[in-house]
Amino acid sequence: MSKIHVTTTINNDPAEFLCEAEDTLLDVLRDTLRLSGAKEGCGSGDCGACSVTLDGRLVCACLVLAAEVEGAKIDTIEGMSDGENLHILQKKFLEHAALQCGICTPGILVASKALLKKNPDPTESEVRLWLAGNLCRCTGYDKIINAVMDAAAEMRGLE
Amino acid sequence: MRYTAPSTTAEAVNLLASNPDGARILAGGTDLLVQLRAGIIAPELLIDIKHINGLRDIVAEDGGLRIGAAVSGAELGEHEAARALWPGVVEAAELIGSTQVQGRCTIVGNLCNASPAADSVPAMVAAGAIARVIGPNGSRDCAVGEIPVAPGRNSLAPGEFITSILLPARVEHASDAYLRFIPRTEMDIAVCSAGVSLKLDKSGICVAARVALGAVAPTVLLVEEAADALIGTTLDEAALADLANACAQASAPIDDKRGTVEFRTEVVGVLAKRAALIAKARALGETS
Amino acid sequence: MSLDEFQKRDFKVVGQRVERPDGIDKVTGRAMYGADAYATGMLVGKMLRSPHAHAIIKSIDTSAAEALAGVKAVVTAADFAPLEAGDAHNVLDACIARKKALYDGHAVAAVAATSEKIAKAAVKLIEVEYEILPHVTEIEDALKLDAPIVQEGFRNKKIPADMSDNASNYYQFGHGDVDAGFERADLVIERKFRTAATHQGYIEPHACLASMGPDGKGDLWCCTQGQYYVRALCAQIMAMPESQLRVTASEIGGGFGGKTTIFIEPIALKLSQKSGRPVKIVMSREEVFKASGPTVSSVTDVKIGMTKDGRITAGDAYLRYQGGAFPNITCYLGAQSAFAAYDLEAVRTVGINVLTNRPKQAAYRAPGAPMAIYAVESVVDEMCQELGLDPLEVRLLNAAKKGTKSSYGPTFDDIGLVATLEAAKAHPHYCAPLGPNQGRGLSCGFWFNFGGNTSVSLNINFDGTVGVTEGNPDIGGSRASISMMAAEELGIPYDKVRTIVTDTNSLGHNDVTDGSRVTFAVGLATIKAARAAIREMCNRCAKLWDIDEDAVVWKDGFAKPAGPNAGDYEPMSLAEIAAKSPNTGGPIAGHFEVNADGAGVSFGVHLCDIEVDPETGFTKVLRYTVFQDAGKAVHPDYVEGQMQGGAAQGIGWALNEEYIYGADGRLQNAGFLDYRVPVASDLPKIDTVILEIPNPGHPYGVRGVGETPIVPPLAAVSNAMAQAIGTRMFELPMSPPKVLKAIKAARG
Ligand SMILES: Cc1cc2nc3c(=O)[nH]c(=O)nc-3n(C[C@H](O)[C@H](O)[C@H](O)COP(=O)(O)OP(=O)(O)OC[C@H]3O[C@@H](n4cnc5c(N)ncnc54)[C@H](O)[C@@H]3O)c2cc1C
Ligand code: FES
Ligand code: FES
Repeated sequence: MSKIHVTTTINNDPAEFLCEAEDTLLDVLRDTLRLSGAKEGCGSGDCGACSVTLDGRLVCACLVLAAEVEGAKIDTIEGMSDGENLHILQKKFLEHAALQCGICTPGILVASKALLKKNPDPTESEVRLWLAGNLCRCTGYDKIINAVMDAAAEMRGLE
Repeated sequence: MRYTAPSTTAEAVNLLASNPDGARILAGGTDLLVQLRAGIIAPELLIDIKHINGLRDIVAEDGGLRIGAAVSGAELGEHEAARALWPGVVEAAELIGSTQVQGRCTIVGNLCNASPAADSVPAMVAAGAIARVIGPNGSRDCAVGEIPVAPGRNSLAPGEFITSILLPARVEHASDAYLRFIPRTEMDIAVCSAGVSLKLDKSGICVAARVALGAVAPTVLLVEEAADALIGTTLDEAALADLANACAQASAPIDDKRGTVEFRTEVVGVLAKRAALIAKARALGETS
Repeated sequence: MSLDEFQKRDFKVVGQRVERPDGIDKVTGRAMYGADAYATGMLVGKMLRSPHAHAIIKSIDTSAAEALAGVKAVVTAADFAPLEAGDAHNVLDACIARKKALYDGHAVAAVAATSEKIAKAAVKLIEVEYEILPHVTEIEDALKLDAPIVQEGFRNKKIPADMSDNASNYYQFGHGDVDAGFERADLVIERKFRTAATHQGYIEPHACLASMGPDGKGDLWCCTQGQYYVRALCAQIMAMPESQLRVTASEIGGGFGGKTTIFIEPIALKLSQKSGRPVKIVMSREEVFKASGPTVSSVTDVKIGMTKDGRITAGDAYLRYQGGAFPNITCYLGAQSAFAAYDLEAVRTVGINVLTNRPKQAAYRAPGAPMAIYAVESVVDEMCQELGLDPLEVRLLNAAKKGTKSSYGPTFDDIGLVATLEAAKAHPHYCAPLGPNQGRGLSCGFWFNFGGNTSVSLNINFDGTVGVTEGNPDIGGSRASISMMAAEELGIPYDKVRTIVTDTNSLGHNDVTDGSRVTFAVGLATIKAARAAIREMCNRCAKLWDIDEDAVVWKDGFAKPAGPNAGDYEPMSLAEIAAKSPNTGGPIAGHFEVNADGAGVSFGVHLCDIEVDPETGFTKVLRYTVFQDAGKAVHPDYVEGQMQGGAAQGIGWALNEEYIYGADGRLQNAGFLDYRVPVASDLPKIDTVILEIPNPGHPYGVRGVGETPIVPPLAAVSNAMAQAIGTRMFELPMSPPKVLKAIKAARG
């Protein structure tokens, strides 16, 4: 069976890869393209550690086939900071100690960024609901929520 | 396994018909990919319908809305007209999975996957939604409730797939609501659920109702006795008690890791009562 | 006074909220976790696992798998030389079944292939002939005399005759005359409690990459809480000297005790040895649930006597824990901790372990304590209710304090329980009003904390910066805390220090990151290593100044003459001494090796408000406050993080998390959809109050903080439930069907 050739845009750079029909976007990101910032916590959509955006929509990379992203635009944690300049969310996560082990962090950052794009002024419960698909077992979520709320406020201030 | 992304329904029908055993429709993939990984299914061909013209559209039709089979939960949730017309269906669709799953999942996938606990299905059945099925012999319309026939099995014939769902027009003083029970606040599969759609007259008396229950039988249940309990009443306590009773009577749930027979039978009535009251408040324009 | 002992001081760095050294990597996706490792020529390893809970393995035919193109090695238990009875023997048997499959998910064979797809196909080609045996997964069933016996030969002599051979370990603790104590009581209550097995639920599945060379040298990268223990076990299992196996711990995506042992590492090493290529194994989430080390489930009887005014006269607890198919000592820790919060004249606890057809349990945050203390704290609460006493006052009245002979033997030194209870009493949460269907629960919690074997090396770089090398994987910011303590002791800014966690062959032995030992023990060793370096720096100055070594002292980052008599020399900074070091004798370093003692126990008190929907049994946690003694909070953010994370896990345990086995002995909910850990919207804000009652056994007063916070939530939530629904529940989790049933039963 010959492989499928896929042309796509990842973090604003053109990207191409070969995959098999059963490969997920997460498999390709991690194993083929070696963008291992998206993590596999479950492989079945339950943990959100693999969160990326696909044409601007937040998705689980483990629930998207690699073949499906032909012509699409994908953004991952690797594209979040602008070179040396961390995104405000990244800075706030450090400032608020919103991570312990950090395995959930890439997914939560990507998901939070998608939230703030859609809703720049969320309530705390809106943040909690939006992030319900991103499991964190270390923090009890408190500091994560604080970091997102603080980042939202700062981002609003910049506009 | 092979992957294809046809751009017309005709192409998709052809592909399906020429691989009667081995082909599967891929919509959002949120059920399909999980089943693939678990080895529950091993299709030979995946037919991605997201690139078929028109399948990602929501269009007005005869006062109702036609929702394309590739419209994601998130897209449906962002559609103001859909929210206004059938708030219960939209809230049910929005309960599916997480934000991430919402970015992909479809109500047609939810329906065709035929899980007894599928969230959008009782709401669609209560709403009297109609599925448009296309196949080798052309297209046909089918009540949503007739699609699932057993857990994991649907009534589509070989070569057929669903292209859209019609949410019908709605008269005045009518609305709907959907509630499910889960142990957490998010990320769970319904232990039991209820969708209620009703119409009131000017004096606030219920003149028509449809009550559909999820996860209390192998497939979604449309419970006529439950609707009868509401019709002719203002949804007073006695009517609600009758509603709950009728729901309990109709339920034939199982004990499993998600809940017990006893729990499901009792709670499904509670949900139906609460959903009926929400639908009523919406019909009266008190809430949205 | 010896230097290890606590000395009051004004901290400059310790107690600040600095940014962690691994922060940037973790917010940019650059940090390398277990599954992120890559080696050239790497193969993919996959396991074949038993679908049966209990079955004799009659034969394994691997020939078809071996013949598949792309398959480079197949391994079964026959590839491992049998080991003598003991730890490594049981661990190996748990990693791969030898004669019997002992639980659903027990590995029976493994393959290494050039791709994931081929490895999966190969696994399917392995044919195993099983003879299915009757199985047992529940404690009370396993104890029956006619129960299927999981493994013979583990029965302790003291196990009562009416228990089957599945009963293995037996421990007893206590002092005083318990029966006389009950005689003196005005009220005696005895209750039976059950808790389900739960899983640590770390988000990162186990992963490792093994590379064995034909020369017998091996390298292993894995996500673990203890690379030295991994090395010790793997070296024994692989029959190789420890010196030839280097184990490097990756960044770790959560452990909570679950990564203190091994599951796939020896299999990867053996596959690598057989194939001659590096082999990577990553567990799926389903494998993590089925075949890693969940915690024990428990059945506990607790009997307590109390006088009318709330003094406990005696306590008795009888614990039966099951931790899967192998013996373990979790019931020992449970029996020790059950009554640890109380100052008792008479107390007795017995802990028994029971074998079942479930995976071998592993540590989970304060292993054994949550379920034991849940039972005790529930009965204390019920007694307060019965006698009309304030539950907090009763705890204060009976609280263990300095000088108390603990229920497990030792006499407590300075401990923080009373202060913690006082803080809870004074907090607005304790007297905030409650609405209908709401309840407030209180519980104490305790954990021993450990010290253990620790090695630290500290290097003064020529440019005046400092490198600290330690050997304990950083689970929640410990590298920051270690750097802070080094900076504090040396008198230099935090950002001049970088701490790294190194591999087994670059530093002396370090025990596993467990027992909340790292900030305590590694911190202590770091301070001592810094002091060694300081001594050397002072000596170098003495040389330069040509004065006596004793005449040089260290103060705030400078070496200076001890006093006017020593001479009049300009103080020299660490940077100046470092810069001159090539000419004063070479590089300067300090190191310290210790088996640290004096960890200092830690107590916590939790307050929890819940609201229950009386028609569905749904429980919402409304408010939660954690009070805990940290000794000294080196990095308060990470102390709070431990308190919040532990509370969240405990809340999950209390309400919805459980291992569910079917009648067929198979695990029904091996995924995050049905193993219900709390999601963000399930939890309220978790408030924290840190108390600092210095640990006399640490120079800065530090106590471990990581484990205590998972202990109180079980009873705190359950006690809140009793108030919210007007009836008490005796079983965890209090999932909605059980809550609704309890409500209906109480209504009659
Ligand atoms: C983490 C997670 C949480 C979830 N939570 C929920 C939940 O809360 N409630 C709930 O109800 N479900 C839930 N699901 C299940 C799933 O997301 C839904 O059933 C979803 O609606 C499926 O839609 P899909 O488009 O992704 O379907 P797909 O996976 O693409 O398809 C599902 C099935 O339907 C068939 N199919 C799809 N479209 C068509 C069509 N047009 N014509 C014919 N056949 C078709 C496919 O061949 C497949 O067999 C969850 C899933 C995950 C992974
Ligand atoms: S790995 Fe994709 S959601 Fe868990
Ligand atoms: S920080 Fe460890 S899972 Fe979130």
